[in-house]
Amino acid sequence: MSSTDNPPMPEIQLEPGALRHLAEAQVNVELDTGDMILNLGPQHPATHGTLRLVVRLDGERVVSADPVIGYMHRGYEKLAEYRTYPQITTLVNRIDWLSSFANEVPFVDAAERLMCVEAPPRAQYIRTVLTELSRISTFYLFLGEMALQVGALTPAFYGFRDREYVLNLIEGATGGRFHPNFNRIGGLKDDLPWGWISETREVMKKMLDGCDEFEDLVAGNEIFQARTRSIGIVPGELGAAYGMSGSNLRASGVDWDLRRDGRPYLVYPELDFKVWTHPDGDSYARYWVRLQETRESCRMVLQLLDQMPSGPITAKVPRIIKVPAGEVWTEVENPLGQMGYYVVSKGATGPFRVKIRSASFSNVSIMPWLLRGVYVPDVITILASLYFILGDIDR
Amino acid sequence: MPDEPTEETAGEEEIAEPELLTDEQAALLAVFEAELGGGVIEHADAFGTLVVRIRPDSWRRSAEIAKTKLHCDYLSFVSGIDWQPMVAPRSNDDGGNDTSAPVQPTEMTFGTAGSAGRFQVFAHVQSTSRHHGVTLKTDVDADMPTAESWTSVYPGADWHERECAEMFGIGFSGHPNLRKLYLPAEFEGHPLRKDFALLAREVKPWPGLVDVEAMPGDDSPAEDGSG
Amino acid sequence: MTHLLALDVGWGTTLAIKTIIILALVPAGALILGYTFLLKMMSHMQSRLGPMDPGGFHGWFQLIGDGIKFIQKEDVMPDGADKRVFAMAPVVILMSTFLIFVVIPAGPRIVVKNLDVGVFYALAVSSLSVIGVLMAGWASSNKFALLGALRAAAQLIAYELPLLLAVVGVVIQAGTMSLQGIVVAQQNGSIFGWSGIGNPYFFTQIIGFALFMVAAQAELTQTPFDMPVAESELVAGYMVEYTGFRFLFFYIGEVGTAFAFAALAATLFLGGWAIPGVHGAVADLLGPIVLFVKLMFVAFLFFWVRFTYPRLREDQLQALAWKVLIPLGLANILITGIFKVAF
Repeated sequence: MSSTDNPPMPEIQLEPGALRHLAEAQVNVELDTGDMILNLGPQHPATHGTLRLVVRLDGERVVSADPVIGYMHRGYEKLAEYRTYPQITTLVNRIDWLSSFANEVPFVDAAERLMCVEAPPRAQYIRTVLTELSRISTFYLFLGEMALQVGALTPAFYGFRDREYVLNLIEGATGGRFHPNFNRIGGLKDDLPWGWISETREVMKKMLDGCDEFEDLVAGNEIFQARTRSIGIVPGELGAAYGMSGSNLRASGVDWDLRRDGRPYLVYPELDFKVWTHPDGDSYARYWVRLQETRESCRMVLQLLDQMPSGPITAKVPRIIKVPAGEVWTEVENPLGQMGYYVVSKGATGPFRVKIRSASFSNVSIMPWLLRGVYVPDVITILASLYFILGDIDR
Repeated sequence: MPDEPTEETAGEEEIAEPELLTDEQAALLAVFEAELGGGVIEHADAFGTLVVRIRPDSWRRSAEIAKTKLHCDYLSFVSGIDWQPMVAPRSNDDGGNDTSAPVQPTEMTFGTAGSAGRFQVFAHVQSTSRHHGVTLKTDVDADMPTAESWTSVYPGADWHERECAEMFGIGFSGHPNLRKLYLPAEFEGHPLRKDFALLAREVKPWPGLVDVEAMPGDDSPAEDGSG
Repeated sequence: MTHLLALDVGWGTTLAIKTIIILALVPAGALILGYTFLLKMMSHMQSRLGPMDPGGFHGWFQLIGDGIKFIQKEDVMPDGADKRVFAMAPVVILMSTFLIFVVIPAGPRIVVKNLDVGVFYALAVSSLSVIGVLMAGWASSNKFALLGALRAAAQLIAYELPLLLAVVGVVIQAGTMSLQGIVVAQQNGSIFGWSGIGNPYFFTQIIGFALFMVAAQAELTQTPFDMPVAESELVAGYMVEYTGFRFLFFYIGEVGTAFAFAALAATLFLGGWAIPGVHGAVADLLGPIVLFVKLMFVAFLFFWVRFTYPRLREDQLQALAWKVLIPLGLANILITGIFKVAF
């Protein structure tokens, strides 16, 4: 019987006034509100993909943020060991799906280096043009998307609309809107179609106008500036130590662009372009730098089209590609930052090991540090300004 | 440079004549040698990138040197490699038979700058101001795979080491929080090890291999027919 | 007043007719604004192709299609939801919208109830919606919804004040709190002796008008003050768990309230139904049309801003309310009072 009974209450002798103290303690406990844990994602409009952010909130202030990634891990490093070199370009297309062409370039470059093959000049030029076009299309989406995350709906549609022109160009040249798979080891699949160059010139003018529009509508907007200035400040040295690269790092004042400073690749050494930096390192700086880089890319494309040589588009390569044994590290400046492949070959038709160094992975690894103490809306601003692609994080 | 000496035997034999290094590479190497002394085991040039192999006990020190003495403020990546030959998924006669995978050499060989055993950890650091970079490698014991963590030097090494730990089963001593990064917590095995078979390819050959797949209910004998 | 357009009917019938009209007005207003601004203007501003396509000519079918889609969607209620509160929340929000229309006059006799404290009443019932929002946020048992609801509560309370202060200037100038009285005062007024367009308080109360527009935008939780629903942060705030018909209720409530606030702004600042010199039955006939045109202009301003600006942050919003709008409103009252006494 006693088991069903409640245990007897202990007799407590309370001193006079103790009850009041207890009541006050109770009130104080209630005033000390507990933290709320908010799951941003894996399905959340601001993570554009399946990033999950476990945010511990005190009111609307972030106490700590822990990104959980891997929802889109496709194991490309493992898959690459089961594929031949030409097949892998299809895989790497899907890493950063917004600038697929730019992903192919360093991989093909790695294979070419190992084989001591060099793509003919025209192929190099076309590769450079298409890389820059991918950059423009990626950044255009960012320019609109960032405004959307800050709350303005309209610029996002302008971004999508204008990006379509560039995607049409990429499709016209490669046949694929998103995943061109256009690179071949030693060159390209095809030459440019007739009329493509003049059309590209037209589109680039349109894109430059679009950049002005973004500058007025978004970058110049007071509310946008109030929302982004001095939000999410990344010091340059810390960003670099975290492996942050590309426009994100340049927005922190680090004057480093692999197109200019890295090992020469494609035809960038022959181009005249400016590397934009911004000293602030905040979300606005990242927007501003990308805006300027979009412009610069448009100018670079125009420049490339003027200098485009004629000639063959593929070098002589054997039908079955066997890559000599060796190791090579190739890195390029992708729209999102440094993209690199460490390819280990053992002389077979496929690589022995491919380490894919993707930009977003390192760019977002700073998030736990960066998000501490900001407000929920700023979390979104910072996420948007870092501009990551989930495929590029998870690979 | 196709005549690059890349195949090493399993031992730690010193190469009598090191590869030709550029002046910049030689300068970088000299700093490592001066600071680490015997910590530098070997070095090589891999298509323009200096590869230095560091003794495991000098691994974290090498990062510090790279960061402070060589101005390599930028961490590109930290990753691992398993030099064991791949377990070919073609042992299975019924159904498996993935002939699409490239045939790799069946004996264990090591890459640039050699290796002491099956596992290695390698990393690439760069300088944003001087525009040079160096790939560092260190050997990891196959039975007790652990390396020193770089997180105290480069905070960005955190995620890279977590990835490496789950993919290769290499521990990092001094890492604050070595949980799984991509994989679910209950995942068993280390996918990027060479003895971790890609099951999808074991069960079913790569679909891209077959041009015309037999329709369901089609009685024409398939290549792996039950008879 | 048992006369409705010269028909002599019993008070019960009048009440029924009035109720039906009001009940029809909110969805109708929502439909009109939704079609004109949310679909057509937005599509043009944002180069959208989708809403311009269905049905052939100018995408006329889009809104009907949307409605059908909402109605046939499954009615999902979260497991942890407080079911009754969850179900009631959209009704409460819609109710506050309905109640505003009670006092808005569309002609000398076309008004459901000409309250002496019309302005006061309209602003009071408009803030009832915050209860619905809190109910929705709390009952959804969703953290995003809760955050959204709390933001909404903070925001609506903060902007209730500038809204009131903006209107006080009008009330002082008109000398009455009855909306009908305010309209008549504007109709009979004159600008420096010229009475061609009466005296819309838009000119004398320009600060009040600006304050009212900003505060109304915040009350409507439209961009740049749409933190409670902030799609990119809180997914949809307090509406996040609502689907199908219930979501449609919120939507109608939102756009319908925009319609009501536009009517209110048109009445307070743009002269309402009044045409100077036109009285009696003609004014009853033309009044609604005049009011509608003015209302559409105000609504256009609402939606223009909505599709142009990014969103403020919660603290910036509060700072704007307390540090800028409220002092401005007080200053406006002071100046209006001085002028009222002086002239």
